[in-house]
Amino acid sequence: MKFLKLDFPPYATGLEIAWFFAFRAICIAIFVFLVAPILVIIPLSFNKESFFSFTSGMLALKPEAYSLKWYRDIFANGMLAPDAPLSLDWFKDSWMRSQWMIALKNSIFVGVSATAVATTLGTLASVGLSRPEMPYRGLITGILISPMIVPIVITAAGMFFFFSQIGLSQTYIGLVLAHALLGTPFVVITVTATLTSFDRSLMRAAANLGANPLTAFFKVQMPLILPGIISGGLFAFITSFDEVVVVLFLAEPDQRTIPRQMWSGLREQVSPTILAVATILILISLVLLMSLELTRRRMERLKMDAHS
Amino acid sequence: MHQTFDQKTLTRQLAAAERRNKVKAFLLVLPLLLFVLASFIVPIASLVWQGGYSDTFANALPETSKLLGAWDSRSPVSEDLVKSFVTELKASKLKDPAIPTRVATVVNREQSGSVSKFKQVMSASDLASPYKEKLSALSSEWDKPDIWRAMKIVAPSFTPRFYLQAVDLRLTAEGDIKPESDENAIHLLLFGRTLMVAALVTLFCALLGFPIAYLLAHAETKTSNMLLIIVLLPFWTSLLVRTTAWIALLQQNGVVNDFLVAIGLIDNDHRLVMMYNMFATLVAMTHVLLPFMILPMFSVMKTIKANLVRAALSLGATPWTAFWRVYFPQTIPGLGAGCLLVFILAIGYYITPALVGGQSGQLISNIIAFHMQKTLNWSLASAIATLLLIGVLLLYWLYNRLVGIDKMKLA
Repeated sequence: MKFLKLDFPPYATGLEIAWFFAFRAICIAIFVFLVAPILVIIPLSFNKESFFSFTSGMLALKPEAYSLKWYRDIFANGMLAPDAPLSLDWFKDSWMRSQWMIALKNSIFVGVSATAVATTLGTLASVGLSRPEMPYRGLITGILISPMIVPIVITAAGMFFFFSQIGLSQTYIGLVLAHALLGTPFVVITVTATLTSFDRSLMRAAANLGANPLTAFFKVQMPLILPGIISGGLFAFITSFDEVVVVLFLAEPDQRTIPRQMWSGLREQVSPTILAVATILILISLVLLMSLELTRRRMERLKMDAHS
Repeated sequence: MHQTFDQKTLTRQLAAAERRNKVKAFLLVLPLLLFVLASFIVPIASLVWQGGYSDTFANALPETSKLLGAWDSRSPVSEDLVKSFVTELKASKLKDPAIPTRVATVVNREQSGSVSKFKQVMSASDLASPYKEKLSALSSEWDKPDIWRAMKIVAPSFTPRFYLQAVDLRLTAEGDIKPESDENAIHLLLFGRTLMVAALVTLFCALLGFPIAYLLAHAETKTSNMLLIIVLLPFWTSLLVRTTAWIALLQQNGVVNDFLVAIGLIDNDHRLVMMYNMFATLVAMTHVLLPFMILPMFSVMKTIKANLVRAALSLGATPWTAFWRVYFPQTIPGLGAGCLLVFILAIGYYITPALVGGQSGQLISNIIAFHMQKTLNWSLASAIATLLLIGVLLLYWLYNRLVGIDKMKLA
């Protein structure tokens, strides 16, 4: 690793060498600040006791100090018969009644629907925005990005007033529309960024060869900007999957999502089950990050191929 | 030469084609624009409207509102006014049993104790002419002008009083503007605190983000890609997970306190209070917003040529001078973009202060949510939100002028 490369030029002064090490020490400390809080959660979630801290048994690495009970609790909390033997019925009971399972189902339903709406509308708009003829581009982009900038409490309060008037508050449709709105700026940003490197003469070539605009879009343009659409969609999904304020303001208790469940967990009864859920969410975000990195690499490879 | 096309026709056809293209591009954007309009712009507009409009009183007691408007707020109230008040209040209960309580709550915000006075009127069964004497028999409070003055304040539907309240001013029955009493004057304090927290978080993010962005920008591609993942991991992790992490770390029996006790730095009986206060808000917000600072700085620093610094060094500059006079000025666009972005995001922060801030770490967004959900004073919540919105939009406009929203990049 070049990070700790130690071949100093002969003219380096003592002060420079000291600064070299000091700078790296500072950077490592900041990286620890960034990552350690997240990593600390993972071992804590296997705690046998209901504390948010390491017990002496855990520090001594005694196996009996660790347990999976908080992971079991994710499935069991809210069940009719949590102590029944593990069987198909147990999982059925969990799937239907466990609070976290209900929250998970709500989160996925709202997240997927909102992502579908946000990605479709956002991609369409990005294609329009990146056309050179687009009028008032600056103003319109500004309006389309603004849901990302306006504080979420303001957006949620406004939606609460307006959606109540038109009968959309406390409905899934209202929730999906609200989350879709919050996701669209991410789609617009990523897809327009991808479109800047898109060669528009390809569209003219496609038209020249007899493709109608729709065919040209689906067969030529979309495959090339797909990585941008996918990462925009991922951003939109994550936004919805992590959103709690709009849910607090707009949804009824039955429409609890995972973040809503965590929110009440953190405010009311603090139990390590939250740490277990958090660990699972961290693993999910790691997977998402990796898949995003892979799409990025694929895109780079495509670019390299295109230029060679 | 033979001209096939008349030049004018050609120009006209070209203009028509360009117009068609413009319309086509606009039509592609239109669905999203309409969606944003319906689900964002209109709701925000209704919030701004709500901040200056509250019709609870005027809807329930329309005639009384008119009479209160005509009353000069000093002379004794007329029998007509009292009669219309009693009959309309009693009648409003028939429409919806919750209305009298709602009206009483609204009046109570101007004059505490009004709820119980309203209850007296609602439960009294023998209220008839002369109403004025019957009321004063219920309570001497009804003789005093105070409760009537409070009603005069809340009677008009269109009112600047919520916007005034949002900046700690009070509207009197005479229509004068007075400063709010000290125990109620908390909004300016919270606005000030929010600005201070946002500024501090921006400063901390800049101080912590600069070295990391520098390291990322000037390390080898392979190393920097790996380190970038470390920066992006918190960015991609749920905000609630990160907040949970800080609770686990900073609370009294948390990991940090345990560690400090274990290494003997603090005594077990004197554990540090780092949770549910301003400190926790600052630490957790800095952690959450740090990636927003690093990413724009990183993308600017990547474009800075290393040989400029080398040239400065070879011309005799000390390493510090070379950094400060040659390198640092080139990072200003990234630093500015990052600072502005972090400041904009910090100023409206809600979730983290609500969960870790306790009393002292609450920000302006928290008071908006408090009025939305607890006191149900939606108009006041809207007025405060509108002021916050104006501030954020000004900063957003500035960001757009200086950085350009089209330059905003994610990862």
